Amino acid sequence: MRHLSNLQFTNEKNFMSLQFQKFTLDNGLRVIYHEDKSTPLVCMNILYDVGARDEDSNRTGFAHLFEHLMFGGSVNIPSYDEPLQRVGGENNAFTSNDITNYYLTVPTANLETAFWLESDRMLSLAFSEKSFEVQRNVVIEEFKQRYLNQPYGDIWLLMRPMVYKVHPYLWDTIGKDISHIAEAKMEDVKAFFKKFYCPNNAIMVLAGNTTLEEVKRLAEKWFAPIPKGPDNKRNLPAEPEQKEFRSLTVEREVPFNAIYQTYRMCSRKDKEFYAVDLLSDILSDGNSSRLYNELVKNKKMFSELSAYADDSMDKGMFVISGKVLDGFTLEQAEKAIAEELDKLKMEKVQEKELQKVQNKIEATLEFSEMNIMNKALNFAIAELLGDADYVNHEAEKYLAVTTEQIQQQAKQIFRKENCSTLYYLAKNN
Amino acid sequence: MEVIDRKKSPSINEIKKAEIIRAAEFRLRNNIPVYHINAGTQDLVKIELLSPAGMWQQPSPLVGSAASAMLQEGTSKRSSKEIAEMVDYYGAFLETNITHDFASVGIYSLNKHLHEVLPIVEEIISDSVFGQNEWDVYLGNKKQSFIVNEKKVSFVSRKKFAELLFGNEHPYGHNVSEKDFDELKKADAYNFYKQTYTSKDTIIVASGNVTDATLKLIEKHFGGMNSGDKIQHAKPADIKAAKGEHYIEKKDALQSAIRIGKILFTKQHPDYPVMLVLNTIFGGYFGSRLMANIREDKGYTYGIGSAMVSFSNAGYFTISTEVGADVTKDAVKEIYFELNKIQTEKISDSELALVRNYMLGTFLRSIDGPFALADRFKGIHFNNLDYNYYERYVETIRSITAEKLMNLANKYWKKEEMIELVVGKK
Repeated sequence: MRHLSNLQFTNEKNFMSLQFQKFTLDNGLRVIYHEDKSTPLVCMNILYDVGARDEDSNRTGFAHLFEHLMFGGSVNIPSYDEPLQRVGGENNAFTSNDITNYYLTVPTANLETAFWLESDRMLSLAFSEKSFEVQRNVVIEEFKQRYLNQPYGDIWLLMRPMVYKVHPYLWDTIGKDISHIAEAKMEDVKAFFKKFYCPNNAIMVLAGNTTLEEVKRLAEKWFAPIPKGPDNKRNLPAEPEQKEFRSLTVEREVPFNAIYQTYRMCSRKDKEFYAVDLLSDILSDGNSSRLYNELVKNKKMFSELSAYADDSMDKGMFVISGKVLDGFTLEQAEKAIAEELDKLKMEKVQEKELQKVQNKIEATLEFSEMNIMNKALNFAIAELLGDADYVNHEAEKYLAVTTEQIQQQAKQIFRKENCSTLYYLAKNN
Repeated sequence: MEVIDRKKSPSINEIKKAEIIRAAEFRLRNNIPVYHINAGTQDLVKIELLSPAGMWQQPSPLVGSAASAMLQEGTSKRSSKEIAEMVDYYGAFLETNITHDFASVGIYSLNKHLHEVLPIVEEIISDSVFGQNEWDVYLGNKKQSFIVNEKKVSFVSRKKFAELLFGNEHPYGHNVSEKDFDELKKADAYNFYKQTYTSKDTIIVASGNVTDATLKLIEKHFGGMNSGDKIQHAKPADIKAAKGEHYIEKKDALQSAIRIGKILFTKQHPDYPVMLVLNTIFGGYFGSRLMANIREDKGYTYGIGSAMVSFSNAGYFTISTEVGADVTKDAVKEIYFELNKIQTEKISDSELALVRNYMLGTFLRSIDGPFALADRFKGIHFNNLDYNYYERYVETIRSITAEKLMNLANKYWKKEEMIELVVGKK
């Protein structure tokens, strides 16, 4: 993430039919326009199909470091932020293991400034040594602030290499180690840009109060002259099936013991994803969920306990994590979680319980449509998955899930040999 | 294809229109006001009950937040699980929160299900039972998460800084400790709940696709609610601000949290909008001077910012950041360098023009959509202001001069009056 802000993305999908138009420039840039006349703004969202999974294993954290460098001036424009702010715009960006996403909103009257700025940095960066130096330090401070100087902050640095042995999900977006950032070279930065930051590797969405004609005119004017880049065929090693239980025990200066279980699961692209996502909601979405009621409320074993399904583009992680209350051992905690998971494997959930989580998702999708930034990001991700129109079919895919499918996924996922567990112990405990 | 000059920016268009949709008022039969804003494109609403049950009103620490949390923990008719199941089943979202000045119970719902979920809201604000088991679970877990947070320099510095600003006895300044959790009584939270949530001082704010049918439902469920007179709260302690430098050492800290600031005033003060412009330039946006120097030039931090904070009864100015432990002193030095600079050098026309447009754009974003509009209403209501405040605010952004900004930087941000706190290592 470039910086912390108040903008909250609910990572949900859309439901009601949203209209959109799509066209592709000669250089391969895909452009999607969604009109919303209820706002005085336009959101421009540019998704680059590059994430931490595309990094060299000896230069990790690079996609994210690069996201920072994208604000250090482009070939014709010394500052990105200043002109944008001067026209009343605001921006942010984030990097995941799969994608790097840049988004801004601007008052409609100043939409062209957004095209000017974004096209110039897609054309080429300034590659200033000073900006490189400073952003390396900023990212190192981000590493400390978010991962090292926080209780339980390093869990993903420990967990990922346990779950993944060959697939690049084995490192976090921040990188394996601070030294990879500290030792990054300008030539690496340039090569990375050339390879990934080109129109044919990007999806641009405009959402808000303008017109298709205007979007077409500005896209042709500012983006069409950018030369097409290389074709990137992603060829990542598939992670072999896990066949043995894995575990790691660490001791840290934290007040309470915690347990983190990761089960391997399908990817966001697989048809099973919807059942798995609902399975995680049944376990832990809110105060009516199973884990909360049984283990937090009734057995009073955990102070916090949650489950969630990753939405990564390659095979992902189903994570159950909890902080254990004093008086219980990690073995007891682990056994109690296993009992809850066994119930899901042995018995189908009640129709009503499934319907509850389906209704909740349906409403969440509707609420997420209130915001042009959410809508723009959802379109971009849907297009990356294969078709922008997927945003209009998310709800029906969730609603089609059956209790049998939930049970089947529970059986498939919650197997001991499919699990990696991190025992995170409080020192002096 | 037309030839374009990429070095030249497209024309910059001033943001001329920034019209806010105002809340309309409707009174229930018990005279409780419903402020409603009909806006947005989706067929959904957010309905919030705002009661005088925040930190300002609570009789002792944590009582307000405990009462708020217990609202989701069961009534005489329904268990907490049944409440949550019903809310989830209808795809609604129930939120209970407290702020410094009020408590809120909010429900987000599709209009088609509002009649199913509004009875639950009515039930929890009038008939919550604060069961012992639920209380024990809540308190135990809350205390545990507090102990985890105490390990974070940012958390410790935020709490300590409030104490330095207002004094430990003041409702805005109490520095919560583990002891407060041990001394918290269920009966106090319950009594506070009973007195405040259905009191005459409660207001309702409805936003989204608010129709006559919506208002009728609100009337049905809250028009009969009334538990008596306006509440007389004990007079809160006076503000006792600290002075000078303060330091809490955290061994092994990789970063230090820095907070610098002082008591100022609330939104009601005539200079408040001007101070918002000044604050934006200084530390209120990504391109601010503090960010430009301490993050973008020196790389000491992931983020730094300053803010003008206004509660109902007091306000303050604060600068906050987390920096590498080894550069703590340098960062503090640079903060004061920027403070001195804004007091002694006139802000350039170019910087001021940029900030004007940036703030107008931000204002547009802040009034975009029904829930944002509801927040803007609350932003004036709890400071006894009306919508003229926003007109004054926009007018100030357009007309403020560099001279006036420099004058006020000198008047209100005197270095010798600042309180400075470092948590971590120096």
